[in-house]
Amino acid sequence: MQLPDPETLLAEITAKVQAQLQPNTALVGIHSGGVWLMNRILDSIKQDIPHGMLDAAFYRDDYAQRGLKTEPKPSNIAFDVTDKHIILIDDIFYTGRTTRAAMNELFDYGRPASIQLAVLINRGGGELPITPDIVGAEILLKPNQNLQLSQDTKGKLHLTLEASDA
Amino acid sequence: MLNPQLDADGKLKHLLTIEGLPKKILTQILDTAETFVGVAERDIKKVPLLRGKTVCNIFFENSTRTRTTFEIAAKRLSADVINLNVNTSSQSKGETILDTVDNLIAMHADMFVVRHGQSGAVHFIAQHVPDNISVINAGDGRHAHPTQGLLDVFTVRRYKPDMHNLRVALVGDVLHSRVARSEIHALTTLGVPEVRVIAPKTLLPAGVEKLGVQVFHDMKAGLKDADVVMMLRLQNERMSGALLPSAQEYFKTFGLTQEKLSYAKPDAIVMHPGPMNRGVEIDSSVADGSQSVILPQVTYGIAVRMAVMAILGGGA
Repeated sequence: MQLPDPETLLAEITAKVQAQLQPNTALVGIHSGGVWLMNRILDSIKQDIPHGMLDAAFYRDDYAQRGLKTEPKPSNIAFDVTDKHIILIDDIFYTGRTTRAAMNELFDYGRPASIQLAVLINRGGGELPITPDIVGAEILLKPNQNLQLSQDTKGKLHLTLEASDA
Repeated sequence: MLNPQLDADGKLKHLLTIEGLPKKILTQILDTAETFVGVAERDIKKVPLLRGKTVCNIFFENSTRTRTTFEIAAKRLSADVINLNVNTSSQSKGETILDTVDNLIAMHADMFVVRHGQSGAVHFIAQHVPDNISVINAGDGRHAHPTQGLLDVFTVRRYKPDMHNLRVALVGDVLHSRVARSEIHALTTLGVPEVRVIAPKTLLPAGVEKLGVQVFHDMKAGLKDADVVMMLRLQNERMSGALLPSAQEYFKTFGLTQEKLSYAKPDAIVMHPGPMNRGVEIDSSVADGSQSVILPQVTYGIAVRMAVMAILGGGA
């Protein structure tokens, strides 16, 4: 399968995020891919926008089955969430469970005015009534396929697709 | 031999002692604790990880700070917490430890936090409980106090991140101290190159060098160029009797004053596991001084205990 260039998709979602900016907008990236994307978006739009990052590991619904992931990253929301229009940013949208966890964590910081979701790729397979508002590309994948975003040492983004037999 | 603290996949199952734990697991606990520090600074200081779980604090020996911070940690993870002060309950009526534990298992407890005056008692309980229950040692006899050791190295790492380039001095009653043993194991496992103990000969266990520490009996030599000074509590019952002439004389020789602290590096941090005996092992001006990180230790203790419980509580 020919994968799209993530740098092109990033430019597209950057433009869409920019179009949504209001005086009270804040950006929140979900570790790790969402944080890379958020930092790139902030670099391009060159505006001083409140921003933060979430891990959501403590809010996941698979903790009882899988335990805590071994390398959780600190959440850091240094601005007041209350009454902000928040754009959550993630790399790949799949079941919607990470988004659910991130929204629950966000509400423990305060009561936002609204939350939108921006993703680089929607791979289909949603299991919850959550759909991204800003999407770079839709690529329907099978459950055994694993699409991963990575960032090289120069900050360039790459997509890799792996299939498992399981 | 299988490490009794790890499951077949090498994951942490109980936390009984730091001795023998792989560096990877210590680092995982410290990194996870780092993510919990921020939770305490939010409006809602709770995460839902242990929702619906019951944590039992079973203290066969008194404690205020440790029990309270374990309780706060469990509650911030949304667990239900039951505190048992066994001194004042059924043990005084003649119940055995295992009967006490079996009764709590029958009440569907999910995790035990245990302190006991006898070394090895918590290990004994961990061997007895069914597979789905985790046991955390909150101090057993003179043996180990692993969460204290972890919160101490967590505090060191926060102030002195380059653990591979540090000189740490432990001062005081190493002989009776489970805290000292856990600190030494944690520091050496994490690669601290120079760990010193400073104490009178009567307060050092035989063969303490085998733990990988350098021994000093003099504060000036022992504290020289130290980055971290960890004070140990001198228990009241040791202040008189055969081991020490008097509390005053101990303070004169081994009590940490500003003057003695000046032998250490100018940016050295001073730690104490509490409760402190001001004017015995530490002078008030040092305990309340700018180099003291004694109260941050308490704050970080909650994050570290949350991390241990979060790692033990998840996964099938």
